[in-house]
Amino acid sequence: MSVAVTIEAIEKRFENFPALRGVSLDIQPGELVALLGPSGSGKTTLLRLIAGLEEADRGRVLFGDIDTRALSLRDRRIGFVFQQYALFKTMNVADNIAFGLRSRPREERPIASEISKRVKGLLELVQLPGLEKRYPSQLSGGQRQRVALARALAIEPRVLLLDEPFGALDAKVRKDLRAWLRELHGRVGHTTVFVTHDQEEALELADRVAILNAGKIEQVGSADDVYDHPATPFVCEFLGEVNKLPVKVVGSQAFFGDRPVLGGLSQNQGGPASLYVRPQHLRIVDETPLALPGTVEHLRRNGPLRRAEVAVEGLKKRLDVDLASQVAPAIGERVRLRITHGNLFAAA
Amino acid sequence: MTTTASFRWREPSILPGFGLAMGITVTALSLIVLIPLAGLFVKAASAGPADIWAVATSPRTLAALRLSFLGALFAALVNTVFGLILAWVLVRYDFPGRRLIDAAVDLPFALPTAVAGISLAAIYAPNGWVGSWLAPLAFRFTIPFTDVSIGFDGKVAYTPLGVMVALIFIGLPFVVRTVQPVLEELQSDVEEAAALLGANRLRTVFRVILPPVLPALLTGFVLAFARAVGEYGSVIFIAGNIPMVSEIAPLLIVIRLEQFDYAGAAVMATMMLLISFALILAVNLVQARARRRFGDV
Ligand SMILES: Nc1ncnc2c1ncn2[C@@H]1O[C@H](COP(=O)(O)OP(=O)(O)OP(=O)(O)O)[C@@H](O)[C@H]1O
Ligand SMILES: [Mg+2]
Repeated sequence: MSVAVTIEAIEKRFENFPALRGVSLDIQPGELVALLGPSGSGKTTLLRLIAGLEEADRGRVLFGDIDTRALSLRDRRIGFVFQQYALFKTMNVADNIAFGLRSRPREERPIASEISKRVKGLLELVQLPGLEKRYPSQLSGGQRQRVALARALAIEPRVLLLDEPFGALDAKVRKDLRAWLRELHGRVGHTTVFVTHDQEEALELADRVAILNAGKIEQVGSADDVYDHPATPFVCEFLGEVNKLPVKVVGSQAFFGDRPVLGGLSQNQGGPASLYVRPQHLRIVDETPLALPGTVEHLRRNGPLRRAEVAVEGLKKRLDVDLASQVAPAIGERVRLRITHGNLFAAA
Repeated sequence: MTTTASFRWREPSILPGFGLAMGITVTALSLIVLIPLAGLFVKAASAGPADIWAVATSPRTLAALRLSFLGALFAALVNTVFGLILAWVLVRYDFPGRRLIDAAVDLPFALPTAVAGISLAAIYAPNGWVGSWLAPLAFRFTIPFTDVSIGFDGKVAYTPLGVMVALIFIGLPFVVRTVQPVLEELQSDVEEAAALLGANRLRTVFRVILPPVLPALLTGFVLAFARAVGEYGSVIFIAGNIPMVSEIAPLLIVIRLEQFDYAGAAVMATMMLLISFALILAVNLVQARARRRFGDV
């Protein structure tokens, strides 16, 4: 039932503003893909294009090997969950969920008893049994969200599209729904694309993450791929915190000023570059080669971690350093930092 | 849905202002609405039961009331359909002259009613622009196997049809202006959701778009109806005012006043008042029920 979705070189402009600038993406049947990107990067536009709610200026979308332009909205069989849910407020929950089934042409429409059985089953699936008679105004945000999902699932969609499914919910509910959605996806196995600007959500939930920036896909890959091996500086900065050091590469070493800070480089890319280092990849060490001297200027707590801000001569911004629990430098203390892992990008 | 029988004041908000607001409301309402209406009842009652009965059941009174209420009802229904379509076009489509039409909708509000009445009468008179063009369209036929014959004798002005034309004219802005903001607020994502769920356009319009508009539409209908029932100025010029045929109730009240039959006028006025009040109250109850159920999402 699930199909592969192929997005081929999509371009889309609004008036003169290019919202999507050549986006290609292959989605496997049953895969759960996240579209991640900052506000205005074109996530919603791409999702609406897949659904057929927008028309591409160039490029096409395939379901399996069918060009979607040949399909009517109904025949695309898309389950779409809108950011604001878009429930029909003059219908109760049961009628909302049954709407898609009742909209089928007469000869394909299930009989009434079959419909109410399906509604009941779907309400159980989304863990809201017995709420058939409620109106959307009588539901909490999380419940509306799940009714919207049940309504989308009712038409047995080929592809499930979710726009910021947890955007309007509080942190606790988000976490619960996230786990639940992952589990639900495991059970029903629809090809699913969801939009989010929350990188934690994308990394935790998706089989693969596509990172959008200004209408282009910067990188597609598993959570580990994109987090550990970012393809571009943008991806590196967008996924979690990172320190940025201007360096010069000579041979297999990167130099900050005239001090070597990272060795064993395989790239043959001499010249100026930017070195991106996450806080957990900076370690306070005793005297070694390849270390960066600095002064601890600030200590703070960041959830379970303790974090030091270290000023380094020649660098305007202090470096964030995650502390192993046993090491506890004092403010003002001079320390040496070793970079255990970093990503190097040639300076633009 | 059941309504609870017990009565309770709605909890006044913790924010101050209830006393002041209530005081002003009651005072203003009394001075402007309640006391004059009470005066009307007293005047009507002064006629004595026999006279009241005579006025209330006289054929001329009944004919006038029937024309006023049925005419208003018909005009309000026409306006509901036409006003909804007009509002839809104004909200959904952009075309040259849209702003002009949007502004023109308010003209029946602004125009002195006598001006509207005289213009309509002139246009729809048998030798007027529209009237002369309508005359050849006269037709009549008898429904088979009955004695009922229906038809149109080519005349609008100086007939009950003319009354309705005037009532439609003055009622239109009420429907357009109450429905328009609601249509503007409708989220397009609900329509898109319906389309993706496989609904055709007709089903989307009738099951998804119109139901949320219904309360506003009902309000527009009531306003247009209420205005049409009481309308005087624009109607009397086009109606021809033939007793028992095209004489509206407000005009008959004025005629009675001019004959110094104050009690008779008051009785008729009271009848109009009670019928209108009952109708409007009924519609408001229906509406309140819908509001309570669907809330605002
Ligand atoms: N109908 C439209 N008309 C004109 N510009 C539009 C339209 N829809 C989107 N845009 C523009 O296209 C760009 C991408 O919009 P889109 O809604 O896809 O962003 P997004 O990634 O979903 O952002 P957010 O996270 O804020 O929802 C934005 O700059 C937006 O202003
Ligand atoms: Mg968006």
